[in-house]
Amino acid sequence: MSKPLHDPLSKELDRQSRIEVKNTTCYMCACRCGIRVTLRDGEVRFIEGNPDHPINKGVICAKGSSGLMKQYSPARLTKPLLRKEGSERGDNQFEEISWERAFDLLEERLAHLRATDPKKFALFTGRDQMQALTGLFARQFGTPNYAAHGGFCSVNMAAGMIYTIGGSFWEFGGPDLERARLFVMIGTAEDHHSNPLKKEISKFKRKGGRFVSINPVRTGYSAIADEWVPIRPGTDGALLLALTNVIVRSGLYDREFLVQYTNAPELVNRDEGSPDNGLFVRRDIPVEEGCFDPQNKLWWDRERDEPVLTHTPAADPYLLGSFTLKDGTPVSTSFQLLTERLKEYTPEWAAGITGIPADTIHRLAHEMGITARDEKIELPIAWTDTWGNEHETVTGNPVAFHAMRGLAAHSNGFQAIRALAILMSVLGTIDRPGGFRHKAPFPRPIPPCAKPPNGPEAVQPDTPLAGMPLGWPARPEDLFVDEDGGPLRIDKAFSWEYPLSVHGLMHNVITNAWRGDPYPIDTLLIFMANMAWNSSMNTSEVRRMLNDRDEDGEYKIPFLVVADAFQSEMVAFADLVLPDTSYLERHDCMSMLDRPVSEYDGPVDSVRIPVLPPTGDSKPFQEVLIELATRLKFPAFTNGDGSRKFRDYPDFIINYETSPGSGIGFLAGWRGKGGEKFMKGESNPRQWEMYEENNCVFHYELPKSYQYMRNWNQGYLEWAKRHVLTRYAEPINIHIYSEVLQRFRLAAQGRSAGRQPPAHLRERLETHFDPLPFYAQPLEAEATDLHRYPLNAITQRPMAMYHSWDSQNPWLRQIHTWNFLYVNSRTAREAGIEDGAWMWVESMHGKVRCMCRHSEAVEPGTVWTWNAIGKAAGAWALDADADESRKGFLLNHLIKEELPAPDGSGPVSNSDPLTGQAGWYDVRVRIYPAEADEPRESAPQFEPVGPVPGQAVQNDPGKWLSWFAGRGGKP
Amino acid sequence: MTQLALVIDLNVCVGCHACVTSCKEWNTSGTAGPMADLKPYGKEPRGTFFNRVQTFEVGEYPQTETVHFPKSCLHCEDPPCVPVCPTGASYKREEDGIVLVDSDKCIGCKYCSWACPYGVRELDEHQKIMTKCTLCVDRIYDMSLPEAERRPACVNACPTNARLFGDVDDPDSEVSVAIREQGGYPLMPEWGTRPANHYLPRRKTRMTIHEDELVRADNPLKKERQLPMPDADDPTLDETTSW
Repeated sequence: MSKPLHDPLSKELDRQSRIEVKNTTCYMCACRCGIRVTLRDGEVRFIEGNPDHPINKGVICAKGSSGLMKQYSPARLTKPLLRKEGSERGDNQFEEISWERAFDLLEERLAHLRATDPKKFALFTGRDQMQALTGLFARQFGTPNYAAHGGFCSVNMAAGMIYTIGGSFWEFGGPDLERARLFVMIGTAEDHHSNPLKKEISKFKRKGGRFVSINPVRTGYSAIADEWVPIRPGTDGALLLALTNVIVRSGLYDREFLVQYTNAPELVNRDEGSPDNGLFVRRDIPVEEGCFDPQNKLWWDRERDEPVLTHTPAADPYLLGSFTLKDGTPVSTSFQLLTERLKEYTPEWAAGITGIPADTIHRLAHEMGITARDEKIELPIAWTDTWGNEHETVTGNPVAFHAMRGLAAHSNGFQAIRALAILMSVLGTIDRPGGFRHKAPFPRPIPPCAKPPNGPEAVQPDTPLAGMPLGWPARPEDLFVDEDGGPLRIDKAFSWEYPLSVHGLMHNVITNAWRGDPYPIDTLLIFMANMAWNSSMNTSEVRRMLNDRDEDGEYKIPFLVVADAFQSEMVAFADLVLPDTSYLERHDCMSMLDRPVSEYDGPVDSVRIPVLPPTGDSKPFQEVLIELATRLKFPAFTNGDGSRKFRDYPDFIINYETSPGSGIGFLAGWRGKGGEKFMKGESNPRQWEMYEENNCVFHYELPKSYQYMRNWNQGYLEWAKRHVLTRYAEPINIHIYSEVLQRFRLAAQGRSAGRQPPAHLRERLETHFDPLPFYAQPLEAEATDLHRYPLNAITQRPMAMYHSWDSQNPWLRQIHTWNFLYVNSRTAREAGIEDGAWMWVESMHGKVRCMCRHSEAVEPGTVWTWNAIGKAAGAWALDADADESRKGFLLNHLIKEELPAPDGSGPVSNSDPLTGQAGWYDVRVRIYPAEADEPRESAPQFEPVGPVPGQAVQNDPGKWLSWFAGRGGKP
Repeated sequence: MTQLALVIDLNVCVGCHACVTSCKEWNTSGTAGPMADLKPYGKEPRGTFFNRVQTFEVGEYPQTETVHFPKSCLHCEDPPCVPVCPTGASYKREEDGIVLVDSDKCIGCKYCSWACPYGVRELDEHQKIMTKCTLCVDRIYDMSLPEAERRPACVNACPTNARLFGDVDDPDSEVSVAIREQGGYPLMPEWGTRPANHYLPRRKTRMTIHEDELVRADNPLKKERQLPMPDADDPTLDETTSW
């Protein structure tokens, strides 16, 4: 063999080049891994996982590894743009303007709104990891019309769990797979949490843990499950209730846990005639008022055979039973009420609903219960509970769950998720090794303390909003409604229609604003949300609403501002476009005030530090907000004399305090003058540098004795109080029975004094605000002719794509260039649809033509596709004939944001009646083959849009991309 | 002898494609790059990837397995792609067994890709030369990297650590132990190519439940006096027989 001419190990180029290595945080999805970016002559050569980062410990995913292709994407917006005079929205006709002009336009318009009617300005954001800043902006502006995308994402997951156990999955908690023996994943696709979950599942499997995946579809993580249990969409609640039924009936529950740490043994008033019906019986003792459960409720003591205060030393309460108080009031323990509720929810009943055989449900319940009971973990960690009991060990019942949007995105999702949280609690797995673990700043009181404003007087000209734009109602008095009980937010959040809509209802904003219901608005600022495509239900109609005018020829939504880094489908509909930077070009923080990246062992927050200068005239959205807040003279952003308080976003992050002298700011690490403090402390002028020197991440590891049982861990709660994470070091008992829900129900029944719902909502509220979990089919199924539309249609997110972001990425789009509709082979054959053939999928709201893929990995009553691969022609800098638009399709055309009301009283939101969670996964469809003479392309199609000014698009059909860093991308 | 190779654990691979793009990212700007993409933003984009993940289903519903199967050059000990090369561009390194293409000698005739039974060679249609997985030969010997990172980019990236890297000729290496103890297998051994890369099969963990585990003295229902008991007047053996 002759010697090779080409030296495969050559480092010559690197020796001749300028190599720089910088740490920052990924933003190719919401996972927020630490990354190390290598630049060669100023161009991205390589992005790898940072081995010293607690989130990903060196690994990186397909998206993270393709970040450089997003950085150099021709879809990047690089200039502020103003819609050309005379052009229509959607025409995509823009002129470049300066930032100065853009700011002047906004300042003039917004100053007028703020001085006259602040609620006419609405700010809604696709991302919810910047909401400490965006929420502050809205509040300082004085508008209540603000939310991030949680309402159409997974608010049910957050609310269902936080209203039950004071914590939730993903950012605020997760499965402890390091110690678990059985892991049950239900309704989870390939995201939330991404890399950390992959790492943990792999380690879990390798050490012999058993992994059960319950999902209509077997993809991604489910592929490597030891057992796949296919389930019909939207029936998770039925399964979870039946599992709990078997566990309770077999005595496989953790009695000690339920007695000590939940409200299961607490006595509930069962006097039908009493205004306190369904509320806990309380002893009349002086209690401190605050945002926590006062300890004045009662157990029924077995020895004394009479009620005693809960947690009375040496008391031995009944967990089950019904009793009569001295005054004749009938009472039951809340666990008694739960078991009565569960009686009807047998596995045999659930089998008919879920499609899971009753034997399987029995077996799964036994696996959970026996693993929890017989594989107990005792860690030699001493701790003290809030009642002063000292424990020598921390106990764990090693059954872990994980769930996400598959449970959440149904209009019956809140109660299903409550059922999950109750199952997890009955098994005794909350904040214990091998079960569910909290992440700081959780657990919070149930519900957390922040409250929305509660009346119209909270909105005043030139004044910050009185209350948080988003909060956690605990009683009807916390609702944001007018005297007649009518909604006060544009999305009707915190109204009687969706009382616990803690993340708002972004999916109804455009429809409501278009209709002027409850009132018209003037300016809608959308940040990083593709409302003209995959982020809206009923996409075609929403696009029409965005472009619709009133009798005077004015747009029904008069001014539409879009801030985004990329030419999404939404950009064409903007009046003003504000080009955002990429994640590699900006400062950012994953703040403890927002959604930090905490680990089970303690609080973690992190930052992004720019590794590249902004492209073109793009500007970080954070800088836009700081500049506008300063120009509009918001109190928090200006000095007493009206002068500028913060130079820019980095300066704001260092110097902003939640209130003067509070010592609480956006970043928890390296506070204090010299960086010697954390969580609380004076501003540190070198805070950014200190983050940069420490892998862009601050991680405080709690002492072991504070790492578990945090709802009731005196040491932890006092630590949290001392470090200002919480105001109260009081126990956070699990709400097996939800008195919060019962309070709304009493109002609906007209049995409580105080605020009353409008008459037409009473029945709906009474049904859904059940203090015990129940199963009902989703609203959409009730409104649909199920004989005509028998199938469920759902989407999943592929691991290599995040929302609509990645079709512009030439590497990632080669993994998913277009999407098929996956149909169980038998179902497809019965419908006469061949594998690979063109077909129609139709709901009562619309129809879509797409291509069929036969699959054995989907339950027969479900069809599914990858989310947001299909694109509108020409958007995202793709060619007009790109496969994404010609073969790809968007399922959203089949899903509507509103449904006819059962009583015919007008449309109601297609959302969970408790939380306003969008019912994405509830749509029912039928399928049939496309005719032979139909066009071989997806339908509907839209007029192609071209690039906007400032985009670096070269539409050369034979174009090659041969990226080689350091040579301007040229080889 | 040394034979470097990848061992891919199908038991934990979730098909995330991290290996696919981290490979491309490292190698496009490395000594094997650039890796061209045709019509990167157009119809039917087509690019060079040294490593691809195929996903397929096995079995019939509901006994379905979804398999994610990453595939790249297997660095055969007896590679059929080498002897067919008319210019000597295709070669196997003696020092570590890595199979490479010398881009300065390759004329793009594709003989090697016809000879490879695994379909893992990738013609760069822009430069008209053959390319393939190099096991990141320009990374693994780079002494400027920390030792733990001197591994192929795909191995460093893999979130499930499904890709093991090492010397399959060393019986004590992590890869050899994994092949030996976990049923590692090569692809299509009948071709006699002796692939160096191996795959580890799926493994299932099951739970056995004994009926008596459901009826135990410490059943908390007992404490609640709610264990099922026959009614007081139900017949028992006492009334039925006298023995």
